[in-house]
Amino acid sequence: MPSDILLTRRSFGLALGAGLAASALPALALNVDQARALIDKAVGDINKVINSGKSEGAMLPEFEKIFARYADVPTIARSALGVAARSASDAQMRAFTKAFQFYISRKYGRRFREFIGGRIEVTDAHPLKSYFEVISTAHLKGEAPFEVRWHVSDKAGKSLFFNIIIEGVNMLASERTEIGAMLDKRKGNLDALIADLQKS
Amino acid sequence: MSFPIPSARFPSARSGVLLSLLAVALSACGPAPQASGINDPLEPMNRATHGLNKGLDRVILRPGAQAYGVVPAPVRQGVSNFADTLDLPGDMANHMLQGRLGEATTNFLRFGVNVVFGLGGLLDVASEAGLPRDDTDFGETLHVWGVGEGPYVELPGFGPSTARDAVGTVVDFALNPVSRAAGGDAATVATVAKVLARLNDRKRYSNTVDSILYDSADSYAQARLLYLQNRRFELSRGAAAPGAGDETGGAEGGADEGFIDPYEDPYAQ
Repeated sequence: MPSDILLTRRSFGLALGAGLAASALPALALNVDQARALIDKAVGDINKVINSGKSEGAMLPEFEKIFARYADVPTIARSALGVAARSASDAQMRAFTKAFQFYISRKYGRRFREFIGGRIEVTDAHPLKSYFEVISTAHLKGEAPFEVRWHVSDKAGKSLFFNIIIEGVNMLASERTEIGAMLDKRKGNLDALIADLQKS
Repeated sequence: MSFPIPSARFPSARSGVLLSLLAVALSACGPAPQASGINDPLEPMNRATHGLNKGLDRVILRPGAQAYGVVPAPVRQGVSNFADTLDLPGDMANHMLQGRLGEATTNFLRFGVNVVFGLGGLLDVASEAGLPRDDTDFGETLHVWGVGEGPYVELPGFGPSTARDAVGTVVDFALNPVSRAAGGDAATVATVAKVLARLNDRKRYSNTVDSILYDSADSYAQARLLYLQNRRFELSRGAAAPGAGDETGGAEGGADEGFIDPYEDPYAQ
């Protein structure tokens, strides 16, 4: 029937329009300023924590919150696990991601804790191939300023950072080595790794 | 780290001129392309050395650093500043060999300011005055001259290095202008200052060092990765930073070092 065809056509047109808008979104979503704004906010939160005067025990959960809010944890976790992530079940990946978030926020939180009394300042941002790089400088008491780079993408649906590079030392690369070695030590047993990461 | 060679004296002015000419000739060749990845054919031997170094840390360096921590922080800082000042003539010589006259001049001024106004180098007044430390070594000089990194090596007592940087360490050791000029008791003082500065660093970065050496699943692999990444970053001196006139996203060398796209390559293959 003609009306049916019309309807179908219209809904097809609507669906097409919606689809186009959705696929156009990621391209529009993130630009240098927004990547920079994200890291500005993350760095502001980190500065607040390192100068809050709280104990280490109280600071570490704060760092985990910052990490969960501004970082693409599932992507970082999957990348750190490497090829082993391909054969893992969905439930294992969920458990691993959660354990990894706990482990990594504590590991890097302890590093940031050494920044107490210091501050981090965003200095520059630019596109880098398929994502954005935001450059910041850490000013610590009694130490020459050093560089911290943040890699930001919106491929997870919103803009989040997925890598931190401190003076050339790359978090993703280090964690691939570390998680790989931990898995080897446990003879490839992912469940044992998940259980141990939660204790770290 | 360098130790004095008591019998050595000032190098003659003529050999200085020859070295400078050699430097100019060699630096025309351009720096070596930045290495990437891990080249470790000596891994079994390196792992054995790593075990030895960990033992040295556990028995000597770590407890020594803790004991040294009893000394008030300003005094420890003074000793470390003094050791840094003694490194400046060597840094200056290397900067000149690299054709980096600006950096050599900064270090010359830094040396003068800290010796004259900083109680012989105990206070780092130069940093406050806008003359920050810019350290270098003969390994970097070799890099500037076009010598590639070579295989990774872990040196007993010194830790992570590469074939090129190990040669650099030996040369810095042997040709250190301060130990050559001072001799005798003064050279011993310089050595003591350097050892204490090393203990101070071990204390200051204890959380980080402990986490790498004692908390990681494979401390050898972690130390190797950290060293290579940080060393390549130092040698690039920010030049490889993409974005600075490099719109293609760093097709050349070092910029790729930090490039990982976990969205394109989710399983890191």
